[in-house]
Amino acid sequence: MDLRVRALRTVLEQKGYIDPAALDVLIDTYETKIGPRNGARVVARAWVDAVFRSWLLQDGTAAIASLGYGGRQGEQIVALENTPSVHNLVVCTLCSCYPWPVLGLPPTWYKSSAYRARAVKDPRGVLADFGVTLPEATEIRIWDSTAEVRYLVIPRRPAHSENMAEEQLVSLVTRDSMIGTGLARAPDDMR
Amino acid sequence: MSYRSRADLGGQDIRDRVVPEPEGKLFHAPWERQALALTLAMGATGAWNLDTSRSARETLPDYGSLSYYAIWIRGLERLLIEHGLVGPDEIAAGQMLRPARPGLEVLHAIDVPVTLARGAPTQRPATVPARFAVGERVRTRSAAVDHHTRLPAYARGKVGRIDQVRGVHVFADAHAQGLGERPQWLYTVVFSARELWGGDAPQRQSVSIDAWEPYLEPLA
Repeated sequence: MDLRVRALRTVLEQKGYIDPAALDVLIDTYETKIGPRNGARVVARAWVDAVFRSWLLQDGTAAIASLGYGGRQGEQIVALENTPSVHNLVVCTLCSCYPWPVLGLPPTWYKSSAYRARAVKDPRGVLADFGVTLPEATEIRIWDSTAEVRYLVIPRRPAHSENMAEEQLVSLVTRDSMIGTGLARAPDDMR
Repeated sequence: MSYRSRADLGGQDIRDRVVPEPEGKLFHAPWERQALALTLAMGATGAWNLDTSRSARETLPDYGSLSYYAIWIRGLERLLIEHGLVGPDEIAAGQMLRPARPGLEVLHAIDVPVTLARGAPTQRPATVPARFAVGERVRTRSAAVDHHTRLPAYARGKVGRIDQVRGVHVFADAHAQGLGERPQWLYTVVFSARELWGGDAPQRQSVSIDAWEPYLEPLA
């Protein structure tokens, strides 16, 4: 593939269809600027600020834009709140739709045949692959991103995090917890 | 039927484990970075739309055996050829053999941040009222269609409930075929796991899809 991609890039450069400097900016953007730490800041804000939380659940796109995130592959974002009784899990069975402005580029497993095939039918089996077991009574709601709405899961705030400041809480929010294949880290795990 | 998507995987009998991955690991080879950047840069030229590119990828005959960024590159090559921007001989030669097609809007480095921030919103003003309301029960279209669609096979001919009305959006089925935007009302429709997978499925489990109005009919 390496040679094939290089050849294609050469042709596109010679034709003047691409600006090589733009490629570098695109790569740098998704390697260093747009990633799951953005989403983690959204979640931490929702945990500490009840007004922001209700705005986020009411109009995810606007609330998230107020923190400076939005745009490509996140033109319309809906936040889904996990509660003691409902656990949300996001998938795109048809391709790899994912909320880029808040989570960055999707991990390989999110794009894999196994995840896309199994998440809608056997979510508890998929969660087990991530080491997550939910109580039998918890309802599981799977969101298949089949159009241009993008979904961000707001994981439950972990126990014993009451005294932590917003900045510290950000580090408890994992990427997987914002897709629904994980839970937020317990404060103890941080030591 | 001549159109066949190989990307419609929901509910298929695939038993492989899902393999978690650490947060920082975005690319597994240097060419994957290039595949991402080339795809985004060419997408920004406006030579085709996102639905056309999804259609080009999902109909690759060897979709199932390619890695994800390989699918992107193969899809990109295909779009470039189909739109007359690059010849297959040029891709094979790895160099330009004919002059470029003029008039393309090239994405320049300085414009990348604003282009990404703008994105490509698909919501459009409503010109007709929504046919369905939250809480209403609907049945999804059961027939397969001979073109790109975003109604997954597992959700065809199923009874669900309107969970949210998401506004009017560019209709992917038409847009992918080059028929224009033809915006339609979009709904989040929720199905019980039992409706989708049968009586053995857990009771407290449901799946929703986002479905354009033409996918849905009222339940008589």
